[in-house]
Amino acid sequence: MKVALRIQRFNPDTDKSPHFEDYTVESELTDRILDAILQVKGLTDGTLTLRKSCAHGVCGSDGMRINGRNALACRELIMNHKQPIVIEPMKGFSIIKDLVVDMEPFFNKYKSVKPYLINDEAAPAKERPQSEKDRMKFEDTTKCILCACCTTSCPTYWADSDFVGPAALVAAHRFIFDSRDRAGEERLDIVGEKEGAWKCRTIFNCTDACPRGIQVTQAIGEIKRKEIFG
Amino acid sequence: MSASTMGSGPNMGSGTDLTPKVHRFEAIVVGGGGAGLYAALALSKEKVQTAVLSKLYPSRSHTGAAQGGIGAALANVEDDNPEWHMYDTVKGSDFLADQDAVELMCNEAVETVYELEHLGLPFNRTADGKIDQRKFGGHTKDHGKGPVKRACFSADRTGHMILQTLYQQCIKNEVDFFDEFHVMDLILKDGVCRGVVAYEINNGSLHIFHAKAVLFATGGSGRMFKITSNAHALTGDGMAVALRRGVPLEDMEFFQFHPTGIYKMGILLSEACRGEGGIIRNGKGERFMERYAPTIKDLAPRDIVSRCIHQEVLEGRGVNGKDYVHLDLTHLGAEVIEKKLPDISDFVRTYMGIDPVKDLIPIQPTAHYAMGGIPANKDSEVVGDENNTVVKGFYAAGECACVSVHGANRLGTNSLVDILVFGRRAGLSMAKYCRSNDFAALPANADEEVKAQIDRLRSNSGEERTLTLRSDLQASMTDNCGVYRTEGTLKKALSDIAVFKSRFSKLHVSDRSQVFNTDLLDAMELCNLIDLARVTVEAALARQESRGAHYREDFQKRDDAKWLKHSLASLSNGKVDLKYKPVVMGKFPLQERKY
Ligand SMILES: Cc1cc2nc3c(=O)[nH]c(=O)nc-3n(C[C@H](O)[C@H](O)[C@H](O)COP(=O)(O)OP(=O)(O)OC[C@H]3O[C@@H](n4cnc5c(N)ncnc54)[C@H](O)[C@@H]3O)c2cc1C
Ligand code: FES
Repeated sequence: MKVALRIQRFNPDTDKSPHFEDYTVESELTDRILDAILQVKGLTDGTLTLRKSCAHGVCGSDGMRINGRNALACRELIMNHKQPIVIEPMKGFSIIKDLVVDMEPFFNKYKSVKPYLINDEAAPAKERPQSEKDRMKFEDTTKCILCACCTTSCPTYWADSDFVGPAALVAAHRFIFDSRDRAGEERLDIVGEKEGAWKCRTIFNCTDACPRGIQVTQAIGEIKRKEIFG
Repeated sequence: MSASTMGSGPNMGSGTDLTPKVHRFEAIVVGGGGAGLYAALALSKEKVQTAVLSKLYPSRSHTGAAQGGIGAALANVEDDNPEWHMYDTVKGSDFLADQDAVELMCNEAVETVYELEHLGLPFNRTADGKIDQRKFGGHTKDHGKGPVKRACFSADRTGHMILQTLYQQCIKNEVDFFDEFHVMDLILKDGVCRGVVAYEINNGSLHIFHAKAVLFATGGSGRMFKITSNAHALTGDGMAVALRRGVPLEDMEFFQFHPTGIYKMGILLSEACRGEGGIIRNGKGERFMERYAPTIKDLAPRDIVSRCIHQEVLEGRGVNGKDYVHLDLTHLGAEVIEKKLPDISDFVRTYMGIDPVKDLIPIQPTAHYAMGGIPANKDSEVVGDENNTVVKGFYAAGECACVSVHGANRLGTNSLVDILVFGRRAGLSMAKYCRSNDFAALPANADEEVKAQIDRLRSNSGEERTLTLRSDLQASMTDNCGVYRTEGTLKKALSDIAVFKSRFSKLHVSDRSQVFNTDLLDAMELCNLIDLARVTVEAALARQESRGAHYREDFQKRDDAKWLKHSLASLSNGKVDLKYKPVVMGKFPLQERKY
């Protein structure tokens, strides 16, 4: 059946600012929005540009604004959306072309919280033991796929691009609460800075946007509590 | 150092930028999946100056999609040892795997899993805090006496955790990344590798990376088929580049179809579903695997289960007379499903709108894994002919390589083992090579081929569209070179491919911009798929036997006298040349494969 899409376009070679274009494609209602966009690209306008890879919500390539809400285009079915489906790039990053935004600042913020296990003690011959209870303390935040849907839905981030943003805080949480890590203090210092966890105004947009269902706002709250109570 | 701080600003012009930027690194790793990142980590620990080039941000690699687990005989929950793992791998491979490589892999699997844990991987744990393990297809105790718990896992997102952990550790070790750099050519002269040519997606500029050692870790090629579990990006680029540079590809006729893909979409529902007790049922509700594999039933290896599904459908026992069957998880209970298979239940709810706790899940086989690839030895050095002559400075690891540890059919959980064991070995042997060799000189105009290729595509004035041509290729490969093959279907595929090749020369690339030109890249990837399809089909047509994933209806038996050998397919001047090399046997003698 026919599906109507309204997609924001921007070609840096020729456009001063973005504009919308309307498209109609043949798709099934049970198809993904990603499939519909690829129909446009494949059959109507080959210049339409977006990132994509896994096509089932695990790689984090195709975060975008769909009918005003951040989501992965490959995880949204056409039937669940009102038409025309309005598609825009994520807000708050500079646009490179059409739906592709510059992800470098995002990855730099991620890297700034030391998102890796730090433990210089000699490793045992086998595994370092960890109880399921301890693992469950950070399980939720291990699910992050760095799609940036959270950070680019955060009004605080829109207003202040120096804010480290929810995704980087999720990464910090994942290690601060891992019983095997030894650099919790260092990380707490980093995210305790003025552009860190305290910037969060608990608006919950990030939690709503997360395609992996991570309780982002709750994780940030746990960091704040740890800052105060240790 | 990030990619964007390296290059100059975006080039807004429309022609190909004429002067490539030249970079120099001792070691270049192409691919930021599990294999590439583990190699990069090893290289960084050895203090070799290394850059990772990846067309996707590393964290977007398809290793992140791996669900079920990584196999290693830790014996944490029940008796197990690496020798049993070897037996299962060799038998699973239908005896085509090289037993020396299998032995090494299964032994090193154990230390690899512990190392991953030390690097921070959050494995599920047993009650006493050890790494938890579960059952998986084809993995058995004591040489086939019943299923064994060997798969180490992190819920059903084991690959995601591996990819994240390795990427994080590479950040810690300050590995240089060139993200969204698409490698298009290998610089190979007089049998010595000298670097690669890459296209910077962000601004369309060309880069020459001059190196002593180059690793291809570019992943699989499942996008050759219509129904697949593979990402859009899995277009076999590394294999195709090597093939065009004269390196033959090994065992390409063996492509694995995983039995449990979501109907019509191909999205994978991991074997872990069956490892946790899930059952496959036909249209009559029968657990039909009992009939085909009485000992391990639903946990038989993938090639067998996929064929059984096909057989049930052929005999009219598909669901509602259609070409699918059901995966039944309903008896596992909500708790097991939510705790051990959370992502999979989410896929089922999101994409099918049904609840795995209550509903049966429509499934069909999905193209999943390339057993074949760039021939490599145990040190991940590429071997360029039937005498295993090493191509100096060129390495391959992961799904794009063929060591061969999977032979004619890979067991579940063994790819994650493979990419890590041989990814790390690649890093270590490259480090050794870099220490004892100088940079070989760069040939003049090393980027000539790539420029010509891009200019050809850009100046084409045909009407053909990438999407249409790719869909036609995928449909033909699925119909003619899928779970079942015959001489007739394979010949049909060959004649189709000849047509696709000529249609490709009329391909219209409508995007002429230098900035993020995915239209151009889609075309390059399609070119790779067509070349790989060609060698896959030719190798399949030649192999007149059935072994593992390669099932010929016109030659239904395995024929060890004639075909216990690896194929090596090369492509030059439009012709495929097939050579063969022997399988390395070992302590496991040939036997009929029954489960
Ligand atoms: C859905 C799914 C589930 C799976 N589950 C399991 C499991 O439970 N257990 C198991 O053992 N195996 C599993 N597998 C198989 C396993 O995940 C893969 O075989 C393995 O992860 C491949 O790793 P890799 O490093 O070789 O390639 P990938 O992770 O695919 O990485 C390829 C890399 O190469 C880069 N690249 C490709 N082409 C180019 C180019 N031209 N220029 C620059 N860079 C390029 C990409 O950007 C990417 O970084 C699963 C596979 C799938 C699809
Ligand atoms: S394409 Fe991977 S998350 Fe959508």
